[in-house]
Amino acid sequence: MAHSRFIKDTGLTARMTLVMFLLGGLFVALIVGLMYALPEYAFLIGVVGLGIAWFQWYKSDTLALKAMRARVVSPEEAPELHGMIDRLCAMADMPKPRVAISYSDLPNAFATGRSPHRAAVCVTTGILDKLTAEELEGVLAHELSHVAHRDVLVMTLASSAGIIAGMATRGAQYGAIFGGRRDSNNPAGAAGFLIALLVSLVVYAVSFFLTRLLSRYRELSADRAGAYLTQKPTALASALTKITGEIAAIPSRDLRASKSMNAFFIAPAISGATMQTLTSTHPSLEQRLEQLAKVSAELGRPTEGGFPAPGFDR
Amino acid sequence: MSFWDSLLGRSKPVQANLDALFGLPSAAITLQTAMGFAPTGIGSVCYREAEGAAFAQTQADIVSLLNADEGPDVERSVDEYGYTWLVTRQDPSDMAALVTDLHAVNTTLEAQGFGPGLLCSLVGFTDPGGRRLGLVYLYKQGTFYPFAPGEGQRRDNLLEIQVRDLLAGELPIEQQLQRWMPVWGAPGL
Repeated sequence: MAHSRFIKDTGLTARMTLVMFLLGGLFVALIVGLMYALPEYAFLIGVVGLGIAWFQWYKSDTLALKAMRARVVSPEEAPELHGMIDRLCAMADMPKPRVAISYSDLPNAFATGRSPHRAAVCVTTGILDKLTAEELEGVLAHELSHVAHRDVLVMTLASSAGIIAGMATRGAQYGAIFGGRRDSNNPAGAAGFLIALLVSLVVYAVSFFLTRLLSRYRELSADRAGAYLTQKPTALASALTKITGEIAAIPSRDLRASKSMNAFFIAPAISGATMQTLTSTHPSLEQRLEQLAKVSAELGRPTEGGFPAPGFDR
Repeated sequence: MSFWDSLLGRSKPVQANLDALFGLPSAAITLQTAMGFAPTGIGSVCYREAEGAAFAQTQADIVSLLNADEGPDVERSVDEYGYTWLVTRQDPSDMAALVTDLHAVNTTLEAQGFGPGLLCSLVGFTDPGGRRLGLVYLYKQGTFYPFAPGEGQRRDNLLEIQVRDLLAGELPIEQQLQRWMPVWGAPGL
């Protein structure tokens, strides 16, 4: 009888479902609000916004690699890195992503791509220098989990409401100023633009916090799946400690230069002090280490002659 | 992965597929009659060691189980990627005994919940000319592929393709050539 050491984290799943549900509701609220306020423009704004989101998702691998000035490397150029990813993919039964290296001292790694078949995993030279082979493998397993979970797709979908709201805000501003002047004898039109502006602003703000919250949950999920893949949660934990410790300690221009990429990094490159818990794309180091410790305990638990947790069969 | 699993960010570890291993004895006969490759009697299992006491206990059980028969002891080594290899030796003519050994390792690991950590199994062959050939079993795909190491880090791809075509009817052969990972310096090859 096959026994599984993989326990479901129902709490995390439930929280993630709730956030997704709220984001979906927000999207509907935005569309309904816009259609009510600006019946003639709502369709256009929605289509263009979704088009932008689609483009971001479709071109995500090229865009992200370009933004990080990363280069795709062949197995001959980086045999160790390729060998590591080959083996992890064989264990996880997933297609092998492209492997890229970014020449930056910032110790970091990210995964991108519109689907598991068109994915790329990128590491910086900084992370290759700083981590041991075992720790690097933990980080790669985390990134491969992002690929398997289709996180780029999910996060793009989740942020599409925000993109549309941002566009509508700008459109409504122009509309309220210019449209209002032109149709000064038609106060209803200007009011419509004002309502659209208000709705879009609110949606944008709420969507901002919800996507950040979702991003943190996705990170925790990837940590869990990655730890179960390598079966060494402590290696990932020590890698995270090293990366986040190092990053926080070294302020440099490079940090700000890579700001736009934060959502796809394994550890955020900037740790802001204000409202950090609400707006950060990554969970705190303590939260992540705590979860990895749980996985570690689960892996070390004896089965035969041991005491399985109550309410948990197989 | 299903739609909901990717939406909720949960991927379950893939369980190992052990069924196809028992096709090895007949494939070995075909290899010997058609191409002159005889089994070396050495087989190995490659897996990922989990941290914690439960795994150490399981591994100790496996080693003592395999050492219970009269015959050479099991060798355990760790490669540069951090994977563990258990090498077991049997009489070269007794392929079935070798497969039983390999299967014992797999089932024990699986029964203890460490099935997701299994990477591959390897059975060695050699021909009178001294060429070496390994049949590698990928646990997650449940497929075999040939691996023929040559001088240095070169593979004899022609030989590998020949073996693939020869065994196509007997073993599930990995169709995607990208998955034919080299296992340089694998113990027992």
